[in-house]
Amino acid sequence: MNASVFFQQLINGMSLGSLYALLAIGYTMVYGILRFINFAHSDIFMVGAYFAFFSIVIFRIPWPIAAILSIGLTALVGMAIDRVAYRPVRDAPRISALITAVGVSSFLENLGLVTVGARPKAFESPSFMSKLFHIGDAAITGVAIWVPVITLGFLIVMMYIVYKTKVGMAMRAVSTDIDATRLMGVDVDKVISYTFALGSALAAVGGILWACKYPKISPLMGVYPGWKAFTAAVVGGIGSIPGAMIGGFIIGLIEVMTVAISPGLSGYRDGVIFLVLVIFLLLRPTGILGETLKEKV
Amino acid sequence: MRRSVISFTVFTVLLSFMLFGVTTYSADPIRIGFNLEITGAVAGYGQMGWEGAQLVREFVPMEVLGRPVEFVLVDNKSDKVEASNATSRLIEKEKVVAIIGPMTSGAMIAAGDIAEKKQVPILGPSTTSPLATQGKEYVFRVCYTDPFQAEIGAKYAYEDLGARKAAVLFDIANDYCVTLGQYFKDSFEKQGGDIVVFTQCSAGDQDFSAQLTAIKNANPDVIYLPNYYEEVGLILRQAKDLGLTQPILSADGVDVDEIWGLAGSSIEGLMHTAHWHEKAGMTDVGKKYISAYKEKHGGEVNSFGALAADCVLLVLDAIERAGSTDPVKIQAALQATKDLDVVTGNISIADNTAVKSVVIREAKDGNWEFKSIVNP
Repeated sequence: MNASVFFQQLINGMSLGSLYALLAIGYTMVYGILRFINFAHSDIFMVGAYFAFFSIVIFRIPWPIAAILSIGLTALVGMAIDRVAYRPVRDAPRISALITAVGVSSFLENLGLVTVGARPKAFESPSFMSKLFHIGDAAITGVAIWVPVITLGFLIVMMYIVYKTKVGMAMRAVSTDIDATRLMGVDVDKVISYTFALGSALAAVGGILWACKYPKISPLMGVYPGWKAFTAAVVGGIGSIPGAMIGGFIIGLIEVMTVAISPGLSGYRDGVIFLVLVIFLLLRPTGILGETLKEKV
Repeated sequence: MRRSVISFTVFTVLLSFMLFGVTTYSADPIRIGFNLEITGAVAGYGQMGWEGAQLVREFVPMEVLGRPVEFVLVDNKSDKVEASNATSRLIEKEKVVAIIGPMTSGAMIAAGDIAEKKQVPILGPSTTSPLATQGKEYVFRVCYTDPFQAEIGAKYAYEDLGARKAAVLFDIANDYCVTLGQYFKDSFEKQGGDIVVFTQCSAGDQDFSAQLTAIKNANPDVIYLPNYYEEVGLILRQAKDLGLTQPILSADGVDVDEIWGLAGSSIEGLMHTAHWHEKAGMTDVGKKYISAYKEKHGGEVNSFGALAADCVLLVLDAIERAGSTDPVKIQAALQATKDLDVVTGNISIADNTAVKSVVIREAKDGNWEFKSIVNP
């Protein structure tokens, strides 16, 4: 592998990794506050992509408006899922919520199969996303430049919301002790609802950007990215937002470099990633930046 | 009052006529089962197959041995286990005399075991993998096999395109892609060519940049992508983004309308081994199929629908010749099929496989253009 090939592979890995990072932030944020892994996150990601698809390709709404609209709608879907599926099991053991999340995930996938059909649809990405740039021999698409910038932007916005605003303070309070927070007069359900809205909005951003980079959307498009982003969240330290970012880049780079080093073994690349997940769960379940917790789901 | 009594009488008489009419004709329909990929990863193939089979009703009377023919559809969800469950259900619960589908080889390998045991013929419209029919008497294939298709592809790359170095990127999760990739490699090397990169992806992958960068670095003369259309569409886009300009060759899996949208402008110049082309000779029934398709769905006809239509015609012909709805007799009649005009050409069955030629086509200005035809 010469320098220019290595550089190209590095770009490939970073641009893939930044998408995983964006998704991983969503997993980690809900986990950090509710101590619960929202397995439906990857399907909300798919819902976001479909909202964008329908508003752009079918209803011909201009790009920026369509993006904002789909992010807003997806946030509402997230809140609705929390209201219908998660709130009733809030006081049940944590494992019930986890299984409910798996159920919601399966429901969304099958709802997609029934309503929009299983055949993949071609997404139309805006020209600034598909524009091509060259650095020496290496080629970079616009989306590969935009995704890390947008991910970093959202990282800062999320950190600001969680650490500097009143809602964020309430979220952190909920994560520390939900009963005590309720006793302090905080409307816990509302705070959790906001958390889901934020997480789902992030998933929608991820879904739209993913569709720009890989313009093929289908009801099962979230499954693999979801697993890998979840791995990224665990590697980075689940519950830690900067950790999710680091984890995303690590997973993206591992995925690309496995193939780059040995193209003949590229069939094993998903195996390598999940091996990393297993190793982390065994040796360092709190991940790179994670705090030590007594209980894990 | 009187008027309402009269109209009531007329209505009752009409209704009883209608009921009589229906009951006399629907006495005992012959049921043909469809075990298709209606949802799941390769739903496109199953849905096209179903469309094609339905289309046959428009120009062929659905009646054989004086009995109406009924289609029973079961979705196998593009899943091997579901495909064998669907087969059992069609045979035991729906009492079908023959089964059409699955469309994909992997699902057929699973479904074929059941059909073989229960002695009911099962026909794969596009199950090109040699494993699908291996050692089976009741499993049929209404298309060419992958080794043949890959060999023609390799020959075309070596002789017509003058390629000496080739790269192969195939999906390891599907028997179909693995077989094609392996046979292409063997055949290309046998002719004196060199496989410079032999790399894999997995069904459902969306990022191929790492493999494509490795291919770009090896600088082959041709790239062979024997994958399903969902992957090929994205690979073509990413190849173009990375600046790969080599000719790209694919197989029959890309013959799906969606590929044009999925690949966008990067499809231009894609060549593939296909099942048919209007310019490669047309049967009467083929012409009828094309006009019925254009009337009903518009756009380009696809091979998968046409091949499923072929299966329907084959089964109807076999029942007719067998003079019976006994699945065992239908199987014998299917094996004896000779010179039957179907949608994609004139076929005979040998070794449970339709003897068919390979057509090579190229994507040009939004259409598949005819390049050449190779007879077996």
